[in-house]
Amino acid sequence: MELRSKVPAGPIELKWDKHRFEMKLVNPANKRKFTVIVVGSGLAGGAAAATLSELGYRVKCFCFQDSPRRAHSIAAQGGINAAKNYRNDGDSVYRLFYDTVKGGDFRAREGNVYRLAQISVEIIDQCVAQGVPFAREYGGLLANRSFGGAQVSRTFYARGQTGQQLLLGAYQALEKEVARGGVTMYSRTEMLDVVVIDGRARGIVVRDLVTGKIESHAADAVVLGTGGYGNVFYLSTNAKGSNATAIWRAHKRGAAFANPCYTQIHPTCIPVSGEYQSKLTLMSESLRNDGRVWVPAAAGDERAPDQIPESERDYYLERRYPSFGNLAPRDIASRAAKAVCDEGRGVGPTRLGVYLDFADAIQRVGASTIRERYGNLFEMYGRITDEDPYRVPMRIFPAVHYTMGGLWVDYNLMSTIPGLHVIGEANFSDHGANRLGASALMQGLADGYFVLPSTIGDYLASEKPAPVDTTHPEFRLTEGEVADRTRKLLAIKGKRTVDSFHRELGRIMWEQCGMARTATGLEQAIVQIPSLREEFWRNVNVPGSDAELNQAVEKAGRVADFLELGELMCRDALHREESCGGHFREEYQTADGEARRDDDRFAYVAAWAYTGDHAAPRLCKEPLDFEYVHLAQRSYK
Amino acid sequence: MNVTLQVWRQAGPSAPGGMVRYEANDISPDASFLEMLDVVNERLMAAGEVPIAFDHDCREGICGSCSLMINGVAHGPNKGTATCQLHMRSFADGREISVEPWRSRAFPILRDLVVSREAFDRIIAAGGYISAPTGSAIDGNATLIAKDEVDTAMDAAQCIGCGACVAACPNGSASLFTAAKITHLGLLPQGQPERGLRARRMVEQMDIEGFGGCTLYGECQEACPKLISIDTITRMNRDYLRAAVAPVRAVVSESD
Ligand SMILES: Cc1cc2nc3c(=O)[nH]c(=O)nc-3n(C[C@H](O)[C@H](O)[C@H](O)COP(=O)(O)OP(=O)(O)OC[C@H]3O[C@@H](n4cnc5c(N)ncnc54)[C@H](O)[C@@H]3O)c2cc1C
Ligand code: FES
Repeated sequence: MELRSKVPAGPIELKWDKHRFEMKLVNPANKRKFTVIVVGSGLAGGAAAATLSELGYRVKCFCFQDSPRRAHSIAAQGGINAAKNYRNDGDSVYRLFYDTVKGGDFRAREGNVYRLAQISVEIIDQCVAQGVPFAREYGGLLANRSFGGAQVSRTFYARGQTGQQLLLGAYQALEKEVARGGVTMYSRTEMLDVVVIDGRARGIVVRDLVTGKIESHAADAVVLGTGGYGNVFYLSTNAKGSNATAIWRAHKRGAAFANPCYTQIHPTCIPVSGEYQSKLTLMSESLRNDGRVWVPAAAGDERAPDQIPESERDYYLERRYPSFGNLAPRDIASRAAKAVCDEGRGVGPTRLGVYLDFADAIQRVGASTIRERYGNLFEMYGRITDEDPYRVPMRIFPAVHYTMGGLWVDYNLMSTIPGLHVIGEANFSDHGANRLGASALMQGLADGYFVLPSTIGDYLASEKPAPVDTTHPEFRLTEGEVADRTRKLLAIKGKRTVDSFHRELGRIMWEQCGMARTATGLEQAIVQIPSLREEFWRNVNVPGSDAELNQAVEKAGRVADFLELGELMCRDALHREESCGGHFREEYQTADGEARRDDDRFAYVAAWAYTGDHAAPRLCKEPLDFEYVHLAQRSYK
Repeated sequence: MNVTLQVWRQAGPSAPGGMVRYEANDISPDASFLEMLDVVNERLMAAGEVPIAFDHDCREGICGSCSLMINGVAHGPNKGTATCQLHMRSFADGREISVEPWRSRAFPILRDLVVSREAFDRIIAAGGYISAPTGSAIDGNATLIAKDEVDTAMDAAQCIGCGACVAACPNGSASLFTAAKITHLGLLPQGQPERGLRARRMVEQMDIEGFGGCTLYGECQEACPKLISIDTITRMNRDYLRAAVAPVRAVVSESD
């Protein structure tokens, strides 16, 4: 499979403008003749569906929740980056571009990242126009805060509910288009396969989650904005329903899966407390603006935090990374937390935790300012742990949070299946091996509002897809396969619940493909996962029928896909014999424990092609060139 | 800890329903209410029974999916707390707890504890937005918005659309939900041009959906997990009345 990135030639600042001019346009009267399917109603999908409809396309939008407003984007807390330089602190499009390429540990495409930084500025304007109540200063201007991996203040926010407000903006625009008749919304509908005809994506097969009915939808192009696959680890900060089914099914139909092993482990989450635990809760990284991270200097110190004098505390991020301190990027902060816990200096009942202490900040600016900045986060922490973070330092530990990997897309956001576009967290595009805080919202909205609506026009105008409808035999065939799979799951009637398999897979993934990976561990996982998968298909117990609202069937289908994807992630991690960003191979580190990249061998995107259920996936490489930000070891010291 | 549950079970939209008793033993007080239901479901499945269906997703109080009447109270006993944020430590050991779906004419039950809240989407579609087609925006700082104004707008904008207000209201009114959106958008300068039309259309849609009228019982603000105030309803009524007496001009739809 040949991977053509299609990044336009020319100086980086002009690529996107030039490309926009060179792309073909669909004439306004013809737009309504095209139907576009958008799967997903999060920031990426919601924004794309609304914008495509505004442009005049006929749009069908799908989500598995009961309303498009509940997409997982709603949970994003901290903020969204934009190179507005409203603070006059030296920010610029170029600096955001530079920070993102460096933050991603030189594993992203420069052309894409530059475009993202350019568009960031328009996103804020767009959202303000829709009524997103971003925080303001007393003078009425927009406020900013800082996030990890940056030395400028470029993050816009709406209290600790930025994702909610941005998503509601997109959702309201979407509903406006639903009312106008441009978008047909299908809630509680799960896409279970993509239909490929003559080598092009021409539709999807879905299951109505209320009636269980399997149905087909045809279109001229298909867009997946179905989010990330962090739930392969069972415990993560993702919503319970977040899953990989859409992208995994598309992968099996021919879409290459890029960098599956690049996962982000977020440093500031509430530690696990028990076996019943169903998800992990993120404490926004913005807390690191004011909170100081520390552990006792000596291993095994069991004193309460207020009994430990300053001289016996180790503010290890400030000590190891003096210029970024508590705002070191996520991958670095997470690994540092793991390191101190491995040394026996962890805190809390499980010893898998570090303190995030606000005492100094409260003394400096007062509790009321801290409440203003983080009130809802403190409240959330208090509710979950039954502790008061205004008085006792928070306990935090890293947790799986985001997946940088995803379906491979070119500069036009099209996958290796022509006509199948992928946007938001579901694609692999802009974050390389590590995503900087407040950049996912930016990317989802850039893709959805600005990039895809332009590039899809070029596809439709150049390809002029022939008319097709759901009576085409390929739809019948795919429907049959989808229905069979569900029936098969129900017929097993084994002894173990879906969750028990999911939890076991999660444990394997966390231990072998989590914060620190080794060849031995990964090789072991590549044996363990297929055998777990085999047991799943023999011994899972999925009660009920397929002709009704059946949450066990939904879960089973998703876990079956995770059981395949998990193996691919381990294979990818095993093949990448270097450490970069969120991918840390213990064998490849510097003397002081930092990630050691190997640019000579691995400065490429690893895109895997599916070759069959019982065959090893085929690796395809897209080489990465760094013309502007020169390859260098990242330093946050 | 141990609790006894009385749970509403209903196999489908038109199937008869009823309360069924379950013993939930050995539950950690640190588990959330939904994690307790997960444990009960795991045990039901192990025994070959069909698990209890309930809506949930984020499990951190923001997506608005979770929607349980716990002992007759929307989202249970803790103020300003969605069901998913409620922990078992809020219940006494050995207690009996009833769990039911939202009950409202406009929210038909789909199965067990799952209801349809599509009526809410239609209320938003009727006018709960600011028309700002992508690409048409001016600079974000071109319009100054006073901090308290944006803060008050944000208080209303926090609504998670869970429907607890409807479930708690003796009239089954959706006024708090609708008013929160009208207040959010109506307080901002960007929201002014469509303010009257928005209020009229959203209020009318609320009636079309079959929600009851508001008689200011105030139960909704007690149940709201985001503590949205009924002051927003006063605002909605004002905007609605003002719009109702204003002359109506035909709205030109570009799809014509
Ligand atoms: C707790 C938390 C906090 C975060 N905070 C921040 C932050 O402060 N700043 C930041 O930049 N990023 C943050 N992120 C990351 C960011 O929120 C996500 O990466 C981003 O919102 C993903 O958006 P999306 O549109 O790609 O996908 P999602 O919002 O996940 O949407 C996926 C959509 O696809 C639908 N879907 C999925 N599968 C199917 C299927 N098979 N059939 C039909 N529909 C389907 C879903 O229903 C949903 O509508 C945070 C993430 C988490 C977990
Ligand atoms: S599950 Fe999202 S608010 Fe409760």
